[in-house]
Amino acid sequence: MAEKDVIIGLEVHVQLNKLNSKLFCGCSTKYHDAPPNTHTCPVCLGLPGTLPVLNRRAVEYAIRVALALKCDIQGETLFYRKNYYYPDLPKAFQITQYDFPVGLGGKILIKGEDGEEKTIRITRVHMEEDPGRLVHAGTIDRAKYSMVDYNRCGMSLLEVVTEPDLRSPKEARSFLDKLRNILEYLDVFDGDLEGAMRIDSNISLVGGERAEVKNISSHKGVEKALAYEITRQRSARRRGVAQVQETRHYDELRGITVTIRTKEEAHDYRYFPEPDLVPMRIADWVPRVEAELPELPDAKRERFVSDYAIADDHAKSLTSEIRVANFYEDVAKRATPRLTAVWIADVLKGELNYRDVTIDRFRVDDMVEILDMIEKGTITEKGAVEVIRTILDHLGDPSEVDPAGVVEAKGLARAEDDAVKEAVRAAVKECSQAVADYRSGNEKAINFIVGMVMKKTRGRADPGEANRLVKEELERTGRA
Amino acid sequence: MLRDLKERLAAGASAEEMVSSLFEKIKRSQLNAYSNLSEDLALEEARKFDLAPCSGLLAGIPIAIKSSISTRGIETNCSSRILSGYIPPYDAHVIERLKEEGAIIIGKTNMDEFAMGSSTETSCFGPTRNPWDLDRVPGGSSGGSAAAVAAGEAPCALGSDTGGSIRCPASFCGIVGLKPTYGLVSRYGLVSYANSLEQIGPLALNVDDAALVLDVIAGQDLRDSTSVKSEGGYLAGLEGGVEGIVCGVPKEYFGEGVDPLVEKSVWEAISKLEELGASWKMVSLPYTKYALAAYYIIAMSEASSNLARFDGLRYGLRLGPDKDWHSTFSEIRAAGFGPEVKRRILIGTYALSAGYYGRYYLKALKARTLIKEDFERALSAGGADVLVTPTMPFPAFKIGERVEDPLSLYMADVFTVPINLAGVPAISLSCGFARGLPIGLQIIGRHFDEKVVLRTAKAYEDATPYHETVPKEVV
Repeated sequence: MAEKDVIIGLEVHVQLNKLNSKLFCGCSTKYHDAPPNTHTCPVCLGLPGTLPVLNRRAVEYAIRVALALKCDIQGETLFYRKNYYYPDLPKAFQITQYDFPVGLGGKILIKGEDGEEKTIRITRVHMEEDPGRLVHAGTIDRAKYSMVDYNRCGMSLLEVVTEPDLRSPKEARSFLDKLRNILEYLDVFDGDLEGAMRIDSNISLVGGERAEVKNISSHKGVEKALAYEITRQRSARRRGVAQVQETRHYDELRGITVTIRTKEEAHDYRYFPEPDLVPMRIADWVPRVEAELPELPDAKRERFVSDYAIADDHAKSLTSEIRVANFYEDVAKRATPRLTAVWIADVLKGELNYRDVTIDRFRVDDMVEILDMIEKGTITEKGAVEVIRTILDHLGDPSEVDPAGVVEAKGLARAEDDAVKEAVRAAVKECSQAVADYRSGNEKAINFIVGMVMKKTRGRADPGEANRLVKEELERTGRA
Repeated sequence: MLRDLKERLAAGASAEEMVSSLFEKIKRSQLNAYSNLSEDLALEEARKFDLAPCSGLLAGIPIAIKSSISTRGIETNCSSRILSGYIPPYDAHVIERLKEEGAIIIGKTNMDEFAMGSSTETSCFGPTRNPWDLDRVPGGSSGGSAAAVAAGEAPCALGSDTGGSIRCPASFCGIVGLKPTYGLVSRYGLVSYANSLEQIGPLALNVDDAALVLDVIAGQDLRDSTSVKSEGGYLAGLEGGVEGIVCGVPKEYFGEGVDPLVEKSVWEAISKLEELGASWKMVSLPYTKYALAAYYIIAMSEASSNLARFDGLRYGLRLGPDKDWHSTFSEIRAAGFGPEVKRRILIGTYALSAGYYGRYYLKALKARTLIKEDFERALSAGGADVLVTPTMPFPAFKIGERVEDPLSLYMADVFTVPINLAGVPAISLSCGFARGLPIGLQIIGRHFDEKVVLRTAKAYEDATPYHETVPKEVV
């Protein structure tokens, strides 16, 4: 529920993990399955004498994102040093942006708590380098020692900062879902990789100081941490304890936030322009990047409604993930678009969510084949769901299963009409008690007879069709 | 000098013998010019050269490298305890270039700790001595490189110049030192003190040698975003004299605080240039008076950030068993940095702090712009082609004389730091003696106009005997 006294703003760190190399050196970004400290070089380790060299593609990606978020692109952009000591930061400063970030003043539309579309303002989009990763022996507050992995060090990050426009944990979550969706559309980001998105949330109650809950990596975690904070800050206020400006850590296991430092301990980062990099005039890049900007979720949704004549709800569901949208279009080109929309949005997505897998687990060809069988009436809807489930539940090589094979193996082919009619005649003859009940006005008695038909056809008859045929048979035999 | 060496090597002289006799000399020396030698590698390279001579610009030539320039496999400690034992896994761009042209690295030279000083006294290895007078400093911060070259412990050397660190020791030791235009030589691999000011450059016995080394090290390197393409051909462009060259003489560089003997020698040099066909006129660089303050604010601010990485965690100094991270790195930094480095880190940290940034750092940047404009105006078309000044206001001072008074030491840089703030090139070469100590003449040029600077220096050198005077054998 949107609560009038809750104020939330987010700082989202997005790893541009679709780039091939890091922000200031040539190290590969594909470190996720690599042993610690194997994707490093003198530059990202900050060895004495090394200098950063800006990855121009990263700047292009940043402009792409800033444009998609409707930001004003700055004419000239500049890097700064943010100075602080931390073991994951081998230079003891982070190269980031301060004045003159890539983009200022954008917005994202989300569905607000009241169901209406709501604008969340974006303050700025800026680039920076990712620090390394600390691995604590135990939890952060109790570890005896920590280890450092610099594989992540120097990865390109974008920081997307919002205005304090969010009013509930749920709105925060839908903002994050929408942002992720846009980033995936832009092909700059793979949200499935570990550490792809890390979120700092600022939350306060009207009239109170804010707490910053740092470094949460899942959207669900943000929602939970914010809900916890609202409860915590409310109860503190009831007890007369004033909230102080502080930084808190979210303990995912315990589902609580704990304080790390208060304002008095806040850093002075001593920002100053990075002398080893030159200012960049990016205004000239904008027309080209803009021309190459892919279709974004809202535009795609409108196009699906008009091009494929599908329901807006279906279009929204299909475009909420780029991979699902692409899958839909691939299938819709070869099947009836409306039927395709129903089966992907209402059935396939549910089955995927239930199993917590992505649409990459399903083949376009298989979906086309299933829809074809439905349209031709060679399988029932129930049978089609069974085929989808069987394919998704298959653990081995996906090429080992295909719709035709599943239909064959499970005997899901719709029974021939004659066989069904035969089963109907036999069922009506055998179920004399049910026939009598039906005729004396108990209409539900027909279900027993239909059940018998299904049994006789081993489920291959379409239940609706069987029902109709039983009624016909009852009428015919009643007249006699 | 280097030409002679190359001719001797070409005629069959042994590089190995040349290198080992250098090592013998260095080991006998009282100068303390080197912090660490690379004997095994150097002798191995020399033997390789003797077996199969290569053909590079510096083939078989031994060279000394300032300890702030990264050399793969050779300790690079910036004469600081905090980097003791640090062996870089990579070569600086200039080292790659030297190796490509066949040079042999003989060792790393002593320097003021992290290049912070003008006397080589802040080194953790103790001061280097001036070959002209062992009780005096060689200048700094590239004092080891300059003393080694002046005393024949290396035929040539590389130094780095942040606010005069090549030109000051070249002046005090009576040799040639060139600070190239900012951007002409890649800084990749130079341990940063003040990134926006410093350049690597040659120290040599004469202008030809400096030009030859510059030919090797200049040029764009994609690993340094501030480096640019070089035309090259510095050695080839030396001849031609100074006919028609206009020398500007900035009035702010003479007068109060300048040793009269230094002034006299520099005026004699100006007359000599005139005799050779140049003309001269007085010019003004009115913002010179803000240069020292601006320089030290900028340099110390950048240094406070650059030196923050030295925490002993990944390389360098280790002390006893580790405690919690914060105490461990604080104790290592307390023990690893000398007092001058600490002073500069503290002042730089202060200057960048919230509330002071605008008052100090930003203001210094504004002053820097004005100083740069001073030079551009004085060196504009129709103005002077080069500026001629003393390099240092006085000759080498006594070891220990100024160590307790950092301000007086900072003041000594008054004629060298404006050049780094402006980013223009400048050379120092010997123009006489005062009480038996060399005096340095500074020739400053337009951005990337090294050729004119070098040509002017060459014409002067050819017409004077000072570069031929060497210190009596120092043993």
